[in-house]
Amino acid sequence: MASPSSLSVDLSQAFVMAPPGLGEWLVILPPALMITAGALLMMMRHRVDRHGFIAIPALVALVLIDAALLWKVSTGGPVTMMMGRWLPPFGIAFTVDVLGALMALVSALAGLAAGIAALTDISDSGRRYGFFPFLMLLMAGVSGAFLTGDIFNLYVWFEVLLISSFGLLILGSEKQQIDGALKYAVLNLIGTTLFLISVGYLYAIFGTLNMADIALKAREINGAPLMTLSALFILAFAMKAAAFPVNFWLPASYHTPRITVSALFGGLLTKIGIYALLRVIVMLFPVQREELSLVLAIVAVLTMVLSGLGMLAQNDLRRMAGFAVILGIGNMLAGIATDTMVGLSGAVLYALHSILAMTALYLVIGRVKALTGSWTLSAGGGIYSMAPGFAFVSLALFLAVAGLPPFSGLWPKIMLVKASVDIGAWWLAAGILISGFLATIALGRTFLLAYWRPAPESAASVIAGPLKQDRLAAVAILGLAALIVLFGLFPEAPLSLSQQAATGLLDPQSYVRSVFPQGGAQ
Amino acid sequence: METLFAILVGILFSAAIYLLLSKQSVRVLLGIALLGSAVNLLLFTSGRLTREIPPIIAAGLDALPNNTANPLPQALILTAIVISFSFFAFLLVLTYRAFQELGTDNTDEMRLAEPKNEPMPPTGY
Repeated sequence: MASPSSLSVDLSQAFVMAPPGLGEWLVILPPALMITAGALLMMMRHRVDRHGFIAIPALVALVLIDAALLWKVSTGGPVTMMMGRWLPPFGIAFTVDVLGALMALVSALAGLAAGIAALTDISDSGRRYGFFPFLMLLMAGVSGAFLTGDIFNLYVWFEVLLISSFGLLILGSEKQQIDGALKYAVLNLIGTTLFLISVGYLYAIFGTLNMADIALKAREINGAPLMTLSALFILAFAMKAAAFPVNFWLPASYHTPRITVSALFGGLLTKIGIYALLRVIVMLFPVQREELSLVLAIVAVLTMVLSGLGMLAQNDLRRMAGFAVILGIGNMLAGIATDTMVGLSGAVLYALHSILAMTALYLVIGRVKALTGSWTLSAGGGIYSMAPGFAFVSLALFLAVAGLPPFSGLWPKIMLVKASVDIGAWWLAAGILISGFLATIALGRTFLLAYWRPAPESAASVIAGPLKQDRLAAVAILGLAALIVLFGLFPEAPLSLSQQAATGLLDPQSYVRSVFPQGGAQ
Repeated sequence: METLFAILVGILFSAAIYLLLSKQSVRVLLGIALLGSAVNLLLFTSGRLTREIPPIIAAGLDALPNNTANPLPQALILTAIVISFSFFAFLLVLTYRAFQELGTDNTDEMRLAEPKNEPMPPTGY
């Protein structure tokens, strides 16, 4: 047998020979940084007082890296980095286009806001249970899911963020939390298992897991059961995104953990399901998407209207916010269902708005509890006279969540209504408008009862607590509110970015070319 | 061989779904464990089942012979097994804690987070 050294092997047949450029490293840095920070914090579990000094700079760095990445892909097109230098379609590809970078950046901003609010909201015992390490690993999972270009890798990132979300959800181990966590864990686990089943079938059909490769092959393949496959993917991702018939885990669990954790979940987790729907159904299976768009539209209308009614029926503010999260999901699904350029960019824009607005909404509710001593509409009151500035910011946020001008919720809603009217689906447009109307009533009532109503006599004793002045939570809420106002007043930049993202989804040529520079490995 | 496995996977899936529909949280848990195994077998089968041909590239060739089993699904299962095992361990503890804290394993009675007869929000003041 010949010794290996005597053989001359042409490595360029199997490997990317050029070393990755500086810009390509940006693709892998976000998850790598978050995992490193998480590991570091876990090693420091006895020094919980120092956790904030590592976690917050790490989150700031994440925001900066994601911003640089977005700048790079929006000016120079999608970027690919191959893990282990294997030539695609072998090896795991990290491919970032405008959609992925945009979602990653906005999620990092929401994560940073939640991290800042957590500095006062999460007590020492919560930190000893590992709040900050879990936060870092959750952000690693979120960034990885947005940046990967490999469908099995997407599944793995889903699981990474799922297990960290379990840890965050049961932080404190109160009875309510365990009750909510059991339902959340079981149903989400079934959802990701469905995703894994679909990935197995997908590999059996295509023989590849690289998304760019699948996008190429799905347009040529004949006679494969792609409709079944797309339906399975839609079911799995709808479960993750909390679309109507499979969303009962969300109102059962999102109000149980600490309010900062709720803010993180409400902002980030469901949007990952929407992102996966956009990436897999819209980009990979265009023909099947067209066939299934009616189903998606019906699901969207039911999700929106029923969650609007759910918002009206809740006395607990946190549970009302849970239904507000689902209402946003219905709007995004409507955009996906219209299957047009305008609708898709509306859905992307709504996802960005929803990440910021939902995180802020939960944080505001946390402040309401700190000020009035109650989570409910029936017991609270009198915030307007206690903290007029905070009431002003809250009103702006409520208007943004309801989709009223001049805040960020308006623009995506206009695009979604226009897209549905364009394809002649008046009932879809009606659903969007009715759900917005229901949300306006529910949030307006919240302002009326919790802010304008004079404080009840019994609540006067609670108010002198130390949490009343919470500067860090105020910083987080003000930062998010400033972004929402800017987004509402100057929508050109997010609008053009979301259009770029939708173009990339409808015509993934530049995505494919970034993975296969020579136009296909076959 | 593949047909036999397909039938086996089908049986496992139906048993898992039957258990998932139960009201006892322990049965649901067993259903999840079974579901994980069913998915792993499904992935395993999708990569061709054979043991006659070793996956060795003969001298002078530069690829595997056509009918060897595909090693990639086996690598995927390995990942999926590790993940489902850790989730199962977590769920096991969670279910046990739920039984301790809530005093029941019947999901109908787990209404702490969503109590029955919650008051409606006030209609005015």
